[in-house]
Amino acid sequence: MVTFLNLVASEPDISRVPIMIDSSKWDVIEAGLRCIQGKAVVNSISLKEGEEEFIKRARDCMRYGAAVVVMAFDEQGQADTYERKTEICKRSYDVLTGIGFNPGDIIFDPNIFAIATGIEEHNNYAVDFINASRWIRENLPHASISGGVSNVSFSFRGNDVVREAIHSVFLYHAIKAGMNMGIVNPGQLVIYDEIDPELKELVEDVVLNRRADGTDRLLEIAERFKGKGGKTQEEDLAWREWPVQKRLEHALVKGITSHILEDTEACRLEAGHPIEVIEGPLMDGMNVVGDLFGDGKMFLPQVVKSARVMKQAVAHLIPFIEAEKTEEQKAKGKILMATVKGDVHDIGKNIVGVVLQCNNYEVIDMGVMVPCDKILEKAKAENVDIIGLSGLITPSLDEMVHVAREMQRLDFNIPLMIGGATTSKAHTAVKIEPMYKNDIALYVSDASRCVNVASQLLSKTAKSGLVAAARTEYDEIRERRKNRGDRTKLVSLKEARDRAPELQFADYQPPKPLFTGVRVFEEYDLNELVDYIDWTPFFISWDISGKYPAIFDDPKRGDAARTLFDDAQNILRRMIDEKRVTARGVIGFWPASRRGDDVVVYTDESRSAELTTLHHLRQQDEKAPGKPMMALSDFVAPEASGACDYVGGFAVTTGIGAEELSLEYKDQNDDYNAIMVKALADRLAEAFAERMHERVRTEFWGYATDENMANEDLIRERYRGIRPAPGYPACPDHTEKATLFSLLEATDKIGIELTESFAMYPTAAVSGWYFAHPESKYFAVGKIGADQVEDYAERKGISKAEAERWLAPSLAYDPAE
Amino acid sequence: MTDRNTRLDQLHKALQERIVILDGGMGTMIQNLKLDEEAFRGDRFADYDREVQGNNDLLNLTQPALLRNIHADYLDAGADIIETNTFNSTQLSQADYGLESIAKELNVASARLAREIADEFTAKNPDKPRFVAGAVGPTSRTASISPDVNNPGYRNVDFQTLVDNYYEAVEGLVEGGSDLILIETIFDTLNAKAAIYATQQYFEDSGITLPIMLSGTITDASGRTLSGQTTEAFWNSVAHAKPISVGLNCALGADALRPYVEELSNKAETYVSAHPNAGLPNEFGEYDQTPEEMAEIIEDFARDGFLNIIGGCCGSRPDHIEAIAKAVSKYPPRQIPERPKALRLSGLEPFTGDENTLFINVGERTNVTGSKRFLRLIQEEQYEEALSVARDQVENGAQIIDINMDEGMLE
Repeated sequence: MVTFLNLVASEPDISRVPIMIDSSKWDVIEAGLRCIQGKAVVNSISLKEGEEEFIKRARDCMRYGAAVVVMAFDEQGQADTYERKTEICKRSYDVLTGIGFNPGDIIFDPNIFAIATGIEEHNNYAVDFINASRWIRENLPHASISGGVSNVSFSFRGNDVVREAIHSVFLYHAIKAGMNMGIVNPGQLVIYDEIDPELKELVEDVVLNRRADGTDRLLEIAERFKGKGGKTQEEDLAWREWPVQKRLEHALVKGITSHILEDTEACRLEAGHPIEVIEGPLMDGMNVVGDLFGDGKMFLPQVVKSARVMKQAVAHLIPFIEAEKTEEQKAKGKILMATVKGDVHDIGKNIVGVVLQCNNYEVIDMGVMVPCDKILEKAKAENVDIIGLSGLITPSLDEMVHVAREMQRLDFNIPLMIGGATTSKAHTAVKIEPMYKNDIALYVSDASRCVNVASQLLSKTAKSGLVAAARTEYDEIRERRKNRGDRTKLVSLKEARDRAPELQFADYQPPKPLFTGVRVFEEYDLNELVDYIDWTPFFISWDISGKYPAIFDDPKRGDAARTLFDDAQNILRRMIDEKRVTARGVIGFWPASRRGDDVVVYTDESRSAELTTLHHLRQQDEKAPGKPMMALSDFVAPEASGACDYVGGFAVTTGIGAEELSLEYKDQNDDYNAIMVKALADRLAEAFAERMHERVRTEFWGYATDENMANEDLIRERYRGIRPAPGYPACPDHTEKATLFSLLEATDKIGIELTESFAMYPTAAVSGWYFAHPESKYFAVGKIGADQVEDYAERKGISKAEAERWLAPSLAYDPAE
Repeated sequence: MTDRNTRLDQLHKALQERIVILDGGMGTMIQNLKLDEEAFRGDRFADYDREVQGNNDLLNLTQPALLRNIHADYLDAGADIIETNTFNSTQLSQADYGLESIAKELNVASARLAREIADEFTAKNPDKPRFVAGAVGPTSRTASISPDVNNPGYRNVDFQTLVDNYYEAVEGLVEGGSDLILIETIFDTLNAKAAIYATQQYFEDSGITLPIMLSGTITDASGRTLSGQTTEAFWNSVAHAKPISVGLNCALGADALRPYVEELSNKAETYVSAHPNAGLPNEFGEYDQTPEEMAEIIEDFARDGFLNIIGGCCGSRPDHIEAIAKAVSKYPPRQIPERPKALRLSGLEPFTGDENTLFINVGERTNVTGSKRFLRLIQEEQYEEALSVARDQVENGAQIIDINMDEGMLE
């Protein structure tokens, strides 16, 4: 251990990453800790030999400054069930935090065991791990969750295709539940979306223990897949038959470099200009990679491989791009490009660099994770004309501010261009541009605009106009934001609570829903929904604003609106009649009562056990005296009232199949209909939510049995009860969607998934809460103060900083100040 | 004389209210005295059989009056904290002069001297209490770098030897009356981790716990310590000491140190200190930066809110400290930022696992129980090959590498 670690320390390529010291012998671990200057991870400690030994080793880790992997293991043995896993992790966590161990330094390994072994007790092992992960994530704040993934598929050794599928499915669900670390061999992992659908179905049955005969069924087909797989010859040949653009995409997604040069060359010969290969198929492929990564269906190492393929392709094209430039054209200017420190995303920056080069700018690309002083040093040394900064993750924003501030301090006099996914005009205006007054800090929205902006910035005549216009615009943005800040006068949370509306619950008999728990609607009849479509937003999505149906009579836009509407009917018919999209929904009702600003949900009518808590926010904007300060929880009978009230929830989608259909059109280069499908699916989802709410009012919750309204009235919301959605003004915290989804089991039951930012996929989906009280209505929470954020974070069991991050748009203050 | 707890309360209060001033270079001041061999020996070592000129720490025993004057000059200049003259008062460093046996004595004597003069100043002006930081230097050895380029696995010191050295030094510094332990000029973080380990061990054994100050050294414009860590990686490695402050000193002038102090200021959830050199040495090894020049650069640090504690290192003199104290007095101290809790690790570079991290990949091929090939490579001592297994893991995207060794593989 000592010799090897000392050698590793001498290899910067290796020792740049943290080391996990792994041994069953504590003296070997301790010897390791004594050789490592970085902050390492100890793998592992556990309660196996009792609390005293556990504490002793934890204290050693604290003194050496190391994080720890804690196995779910105690005096009785290794935890195999959900109950044992959570119980041991909880106990370990309490002991560790009790001696002052930093909870951020705890990594739980709740034991991944083999499933599908033929032994019935093993069938639920994966589910137990996933559920335990979710429980740890929710109950043991800041701790990480890790595991050795390959154990799970042990019973299928020898059959790599099935094993890879099991790993991929398992990880997909475990990561969603909160697992955030693991031992995975990236080369041996199939992409979730690319598992053979039949195999995937059966693997999910086994991993999620969905049916008793899951193992047998998987065994039956497993033989068929044996020997197949990503690395075999016949698979290779299959994708080699595809059109070249598809091949490029495949190579990018799979990270295969073996044919990339010949495919790129073939594409180049087809294209008018070499640059089109980059802007077209290569970019499309990288977009697919980006989407898969964002959805947790690809992993970082795979993305790194994709980027490598991309780079090889681009490298092949560069000489041709260079050659296209005519001799007499001299470089128009020198531009330094860098992805700022802390950020590794460079695809966008590379594209911008290529586009600029094609337009005869000399580009100095400093790569990724470039510290500020290096950027500025280089800029000085090379006497560049423009500095371009790129970044994709949020912390990069601060780093860009830092660079701007340094440029001012060090008397730079050249323009600064800002770009990348998280950057924005508002951020540039408010945070970056004010730091740099010597020249201009300019936000550039996408690669297509960079040439235009660069040429103006370097033109003696055009620059002053561009700069003046940008300054004016940024001033306005700042002014708007400032004014907005001034307008917000908050009352304290305490005062806001004192001013909560006093709904009458004394004489109020809360209606009882037809059922409690959830009800699923598979393949809901789409024809029934068509009449519920609100067409006005549909036209807005096509930039034709005006009310439906009056828009048809508009002298200017009437014809366009009519054509669009007719085209829409055709596609809509195709979607419905050919069953290209499916509508699925789930609704639920639960006994509930108000507790403070929260709503407590009970497991059943006995109201003795709490299932979960729904967290809500209260208005704090100063209002005229006598006006109530509202929170959604006000619409539920308080605990003390003794009234048996309920709360409902729903999630509906009409997006299943829409993506594929849209793609079909896109593949035929029919962007119009591709967009149409998506716009219509969105409308159908809204219509479904509206129709479902109607049925809830008249049928399932049944408090408005005599309701009889025309669609127009529905759109205007002239009915009793509301259906606000998490993330929208009445309950602006997106993370509550996770609670809603787990209550509804929406992902399992109807296949809507939540991304890590709580976006729903398919995107044509609507979800929300149901409130039935006659006085319940929609409102906007508006801006809230630090006192409420603190209180809310406490109630939710998250840190204030985390709450601020999710509630950023609602904050009346700047947490950085 | 005030008791230690009262003084520490006063120090905490001062840190909340203003930027606290540390003294300047000690070596620089001693050098200016141009002492000869005889002066270094004093009476006690008049007949010692080896040369001791240049052993500055020996002056604690042989020329205490001269050191007293230097401390007094810094206190006059406005220093709140003075450092003991104990940069090399460890057995490892004193071995160069064959004086291992007096290592602890040097620490006790220096701390006692500083204590006396600090208390005199406090008595004269109780509104400005003065503090003594017991300085612990890096020693002349590095635990994570081989001194032999042809044998990268070789080390000329191990963790336990460092712990023993540091333990003795800290014991002496505390016995002599230090208020703080300042582990400074850290160019190898593993040495610092040994110093932290020893200090905490001593605190536990003695029942006396003092605040720890840490100060790393960025050796050149690469922005890394000598042992290769970036500033944030360094901080992640030593944050477990829960120091009262973390900072940077030596090697660079204030202007070159700025980005790294700024980084610490953004990242460290504790007070931040800096004691830079007075610029870079000229071709004669002298520091030319004037007090005004140095103060001007440092005033920017204060204006930008980077600082809680400021002083000087090589080349700085009492007039530098006076100018700096004056320049920063107009500015409030840095506010400690709240850093979200996360899994923060480091190799040479920092690693953060938080909500933004999708999935942290642990490389597992360097595992003797999981990989027969790796086991064989280790058993047959084919280390080049074994290292390439590790390197491949990192290149293929492992964000952490798991190194697994079994019983009997401690070496």
